[in-house]
Amino acid sequence: MNGFIEPIVGRYVHVEIDGEINRIYFEESGSGIPLVCLHTAGSDARQWRHLLVDEEFTKQFRIIAFDMPWHGKSNPPDSQYGNEYRLTTASYTTTIRAFCNALKLDRPVVMGCSIGGRIVLNLAISHASEFRALIGLEAADFQQPWYDTAWLNRPDVHGGEVCAALVSGLIAPNGPVVARDETLWGYKQGGPGIFKGDLYFYRVDGDLRGRVGQIDVRQCPLYLLTGEYDFSCTPEDTLRTAASIPGAKATIMERLGHFPMSENPAQFRAYIAPVLQDIVNGQNI
Amino acid sequence: MNPDAASTDRPSVGFDDQVVEAFKIIPELLSRDEKLIGRGRLLDVECLLGPTVQPFHVTIRGGRILDMSPAPVLMRSWRFAYRATPAAYHAYWQAMPPPGWHDLLALTKRGGATLEGDLHPFMVHLQYFKDLLSLPRRSSFGSAP
Repeated sequence: MNGFIEPIVGRYVHVEIDGEINRIYFEESGSGIPLVCLHTAGSDARQWRHLLVDEEFTKQFRIIAFDMPWHGKSNPPDSQYGNEYRLTTASYTTTIRAFCNALKLDRPVVMGCSIGGRIVLNLAISHASEFRALIGLEAADFQQPWYDTAWLNRPDVHGGEVCAALVSGLIAPNGPVVARDETLWGYKQGGPGIFKGDLYFYRVDGDLRGRVGQIDVRQCPLYLLTGEYDFSCTPEDTLRTAASIPGAKATIMERLGHFPMSENPAQFRAYIAPVLQDIVNGQNI
Repeated sequence: MNPDAASTDRPSVGFDDQVVEAFKIIPELLSRDEKLIGRGRLLDVECLLGPTVQPFHVTIRGGRILDMSPAPVLMRSWRFAYRATPAAYHAYWQAMPPPGWHDLLALTKRGGATLEGDLHPFMVHLQYFKDLLSLPRRSSFGSAP
C-alpha cells in the first residue's frame, strides 16, 4: 500500500568493543522480552525484517536485529580500515555481549543463524546465565567445508557475484522468488573480504566439537532449528550436535535451507512460533 | 527413485541414456533464455560438462553454446570439467530436487559430481553454470515417469 510505514525503527548505538567505540546500527520493533537476532556471515540484519513486523511476535517480544561491525550500516571500527577483517570466537562473543550491555537488555533471548547459530552455542557454553533462552538456526558444533574461501576475495573474481552464487544453492528450491532474490542481494552488497573474514570464525577458529557437552539447558534453554535443504550445516550436523547436549530441542524444518527467516518467512514462521511461545510460557513458571 | 541407491547400484543403460538425452537438449533450452545468455555475455570458454558416462566438450562464446560434441574428441582441450553421475543429474533435474541433490556444489560435496581443472571461469560465472546445468528441470524431464 502506497505510503505505508513499517513499525521497524532503525537507530545507531555507540558500543565499546575491545577498547574502541563502534557505531552499531540496529533495528527494533515490539515490546516485551528482548530478542536479539544475529545475521548470517557476509550479510546484514535486513534478513530479519519479516520477523520484526510480525504482529503477534512483537506483542510479546522486543525484537532487535543489529548489523555486526563491518556489515550493513555498521562501519568498520575507525582504527581498522585497511586491515584484514577476521571474526573470531572471542571477538564475536565480545561484540554480542557489548551490544546487549549497551542497550541494557535484561537477560535477552538471542537467536542467530549460521555463524550466528554457531556463536549461540558458545554463548550457551560460556555465558548462559546472561541469557533467557538461546536459539540456533542452521547451527552445529562443526561442519565440513564445501568450497575454498580464497575465491571470495580476489581481484579477478567479482566478490558480490561469487558470494551470492555460492550461497544460492543453500536456499531451498521453489520458495518465494522475491525472498530468494532479496536474500542473495544481501550477499552482493557485502564489503570486500567480509564474508571470507566471517568464515574464518566458522571454518578455522570456531570449532566447538568436544565443548558443547558442557551446555546446561536448565540454566538457559537451547533450541536448534535447521532447514532440510541446508547442505552446509546439514540436518545431520545439527542432530549430532543436539544429541551431545542433554535437553536441547532440535527441529528439522521442511522446505527451508540455510536462510530460513529471509528465504521463506512464512514457512519459517510456522517453526519459530512454537519456540517463541515455549519461551513465553517458560517466563510464567 | 532414491538417488543414493542409484549412485551405488550400477545404473541401467536405459537410465543412463535418458540422462544423456536430457543433457543434449541444454543448448536448445539455453537458446530460448536470453536472460541467462545475458548473464554469460562476457564468458568465452571451452569446458567439459555432462554425465560421467558421456561428457561433452562445450564451446561457449558470449554466453551462447556454439558447439557441444560428445567426448572424447581427438586432442580437444578444456579449461575445467564438471561431471556428475547420471543419478545425480536425474535428482538435480527434478522439479523439486531432494535435499542435498539440489545444487551443483551440493553434488560435489556428497561425491556425486567432480569439479576439475582451472576453476576460474567456472567461479567467475558460477550462477551462470548453476542455471545452465539446471535447464532440463524446466523440461518434462522432472515429471517424466
